[in-house]
Amino acid sequence: MKPKHQRLTLALLALAAIVGATLLAMSALRDQASYFYTPGDAIRDHVEPGRAVRLGGMVAGGSIRRAADGVTIDFVVTDGKQSVPVRFKGIVPDLFKENSGVVAEGAFDAGGTFVADTILAKHDERYMPPQIAGEMHKSESLKK
Amino acid sequence: MKKAILWAPLAMFLIFAAMVAGKLYAPGDSSIVSHMVGKPLPAFALPAGMPDRPGLANTDFAKGKPRLLNIFASWCVPCAAEAPQLVELRKAGVEIDAIAIRDRPEDIAEFLKRYGDPYARIGSDANSSVQVAMGSSGVPESFVIDGQGIIRHQHIGDIRPENVPDILAAIRAAQ
Amino acid sequence: MIAEIGLAALWLAAALAALQFVFGAIALYQRDMTMLRGVRAVAVVQALLTATAFAALILVFLRTDLSVSLVAANSHVAKPWLYKFAGTWGNHEGSMLMWVTILALAGGAVALFERRLEDRTLIATLAAQATIGLGFYAFLLFASNPFDRLDPAPAQGNGLNPLLQDPGLAFHPPTLYVGYVGLSIAFSFAVGALVTRDVGAAFARAMRPWVLAAWIFLTLGITAGSYWAYYELGWGGWWFWDPVENASLMPWLAATALLHSVTVLATRDGLRAWTVMLAVVAFSMSMIGTFLVRSGILTSVHSFAVDPRRGAFILALLAIYIGGALALFALRVGTVREGSRFDMVSREGSLVANNLLLSAILGIVLIGTLYPLGIEALTGGKLSVGPPYFNAAAGPLALILVVVMAAGPLLRWRRDELRALARRLAVPAIVAVLALVIVLAVLPRAHLLPSLGLILAAGVAVASVAPLWKRNLRRTPLFTWGMVIAHLGIAVSLAGMASESAFTQETLVAARPGEVHGVGPFAVRFEGVEPVAGPNWTALEATLTATRGTGAPMEMRPQARAFWAPPTETNEAAIRTLWDGQLYTVLGKQAEDGRWQLRLWWKPFVTLIWAGGALVAIGGALSLLGRLLRDRRAAQRGKEWWE
Repeated sequence: MKPKHQRLTLALLALAAIVGATLLAMSALRDQASYFYTPGDAIRDHVEPGRAVRLGGMVAGGSIRRAADGVTIDFVVTDGKQSVPVRFKGIVPDLFKENSGVVAEGAFDAGGTFVADTILAKHDERYMPPQIAGEMHKSESLKK
Repeated sequence: MKKAILWAPLAMFLIFAAMVAGKLYAPGDSSIVSHMVGKPLPAFALPAGMPDRPGLANTDFAKGKPRLLNIFASWCVPCAAEAPQLVELRKAGVEIDAIAIRDRPEDIAEFLKRYGDPYARIGSDANSSVQVAMGSSGVPESFVIDGQGIIRHQHIGDIRPENVPDILAAIRAAQ
Repeated sequence: MIAEIGLAALWLAAALAALQFVFGAIALYQRDMTMLRGVRAVAVVQALLTATAFAALILVFLRTDLSVSLVAANSHVAKPWLYKFAGTWGNHEGSMLMWVTILALAGGAVALFERRLEDRTLIATLAAQATIGLGFYAFLLFASNPFDRLDPAPAQGNGLNPLLQDPGLAFHPPTLYVGYVGLSIAFSFAVGALVTRDVGAAFARAMRPWVLAAWIFLTLGITAGSYWAYYELGWGGWWFWDPVENASLMPWLAATALLHSVTVLATRDGLRAWTVMLAVVAFSMSMIGTFLVRSGILTSVHSFAVDPRRGAFILALLAIYIGGALALFALRVGTVREGSRFDMVSREGSLVANNLLLSAILGIVLIGTLYPLGIEALTGGKLSVGPPYFNAAAGPLALILVVVMAAGPLLRWRRDELRALARRLAVPAIVAVLALVIVLAVLPRAHLLPSLGLILAAGVAVASVAPLWKRNLRRTPLFTWGMVIAHLGIAVSLAGMASESAFTQETLVAARPGEVHGVGPFAVRFEGVEPVAGPNWTALEATLTATRGTGAPMEMRPQARAFWAPPTETNEAAIRTLWDGQLYTVLGKQAEDGRWQLRLWWKPFVTLIWAGGALVAIGGALSLLGRLLRDRRAAQRGKEWWE
């Protein structure tokens, strides 16, 4: 192989790798990116069961029920018009309360209940300098 | 062809930069707007946040004149930043009440002494329950309440000098 | 007073950076190399001045001078001194000043110690470094002054985010920043070499130690950051694919690729254009990553956080530096002669594969991180990209990369035979097959990726020490040891990740005092909950007694802490490290019926993740030491070794 050809081969290989990575990324994104829905959106769009999405809204007043095992809770997320039942097993964040904002990550089951594996509660001290906001990004959600 | 490949990284970077620039100038509105706007205040009756003036209840608002309800805390720096604007609003004749979040009387007194005191009444919300009921998710936030006790306007974050006209306009609209 | 001294030093440093650029440009234009001494001196003084400004800010924070608005917004009188100290960079302005300080120190170090680079290229490099500095000085002075006064001064200060009140914060960001900003040297080298068209083996040999040094710090910073998130957040995870984490991972991927391609350039004079490109990309990733996160563009859950003026300033700087470097690359690289050629089956070939795979992973992480931004710009839709995407897209490529890593060091430079390679890989392959059998026996239903990870880790661990096989270990150069240990570290870390993913056991219960719950091989007895108080927090502390089989009971005390300045709650996990893994316990909320939520994990061999990361950094350090020692010996023998 002449140097010139080798250079071209390398350039093409690099291009192929970049295109390949992009395609791989795009196809994975189509399957894996989780979209943000309000209960109304989710009901209107018929989000398919098992697909990872985020559900945001208010925790409906009086809707929190704790199961006998002490760690599973059921509640209703509402946007004022429509509501969706949510089940979550785990430790809820401090600011998780009825009538307050909540974002749940998870998927719908076949019966239309949203099974959350993460509950993000809105943080009280929202108005903090941006740099801490960056670090705090993690703390805003409480895994599982 | 060869030349084009050499310029590709720059092109990709420029697309990226344009995207970020667009985002900078049209920041996504991710603040949580209260669902309570347009609805009457929830019922509440808070104890006094300071001994020298009364506490705050929802019934204090349905008296015919619009009022500004400011949710603040002495431990919150943006609240200090918005204090001059509140004083200015008070001078412009706006009636202002406050809900102090998770606060102590002596800290509130210190805060008011330092940054000015525009408040007619201060209710103490020790566990944020009224704040949550108002659909507010942070401090500071301010609500314009009309004379019938209906929430007319919500301002999220500190009131900056450029926001003062908006607040005044909202007060006038609530007359 | 101290704040004013700091501000004055910062202004002076900015003026010197301008001087450094002008001197450099004149020297290059007039081809007058006598000015090199002057440029070197200016760079060193500039570094000292910036360091003075940073020291002043630290002092202001240590004394909690609340008349400085940055201190008032981020510190509190009732804070332990270590956190006052670390609070200096736990905020936007302070972290920017630290960023610039490291930039200036890096430039000063190049000016003081770099003796191998050709004079013209060195001048161009220092001028480039000064140009970067100038922009960020301007940002600090005009848009983000850390020394601004607050009038009147508040009585207490706002406090530092409790999550950031951790000894880790004192060391983690500085380490990471040295890594990020250290890559600026590679960037300036590349720009300098493009200006003077001097891209070759000598250039690569001069650049390599600097890249290596920055990369070591990046590796340490990422490893430490991962452990910090693991124990501090109390979620049991060690990597969340959070934008903050991706911002540190992307420069690391680029720097790792650069580290390997610069070796090809230094040893075989190949991959010239590509290496220069990577040097530009690596630091660009540092800048993009840092500023996307710091300017709040990516994590703008906080409406207050985005200040468009600051963001626009930073974006303009990025556009000038990155755009300028990429344009220079496009214009100049065509005139750089291509180096020597090689076969695809060769050490160079494997390093090319390494570079392509690392770049592809970098692309995937970058796309995933920016995708929500793009979608919001195009359709207005809001979405988040999380671990499922990153694991599915980057995981398989990472495993292929690890296989290439096993094979690469066993290949000869220039050309080699596939059959010879197969022979050399026989023993590692046998080990991998054995591992496969064991994994199938122990875990018949494990997921594909973790199982593959375990199998590969075993094979690759053996393959990575294979370059030492039949060698006289005492005469093996230090940098070969470094490579072997770094590659072994990757295998160890992979084993930890795969083990954590495949074997972790979890129990989530609501328990009453006296109850015993099992997790993995442990029986954990819940003794009760007591309140405790710390310097600026109060907490509920659970007492747990864990026993495995007939072993001695271990006491663990996870806490749910409440800080009062500012009021925030955190979970302090209690973690017990054993030789074969970690027991990780978190105290949750109290249910209405009085039971306490407890979360227990048994994570076998999870510690290997960070041990591996440390090994990688140690390998890098050995390699750096080896290179420096060899250079020194060569210098003592006379200059002819590299000329």
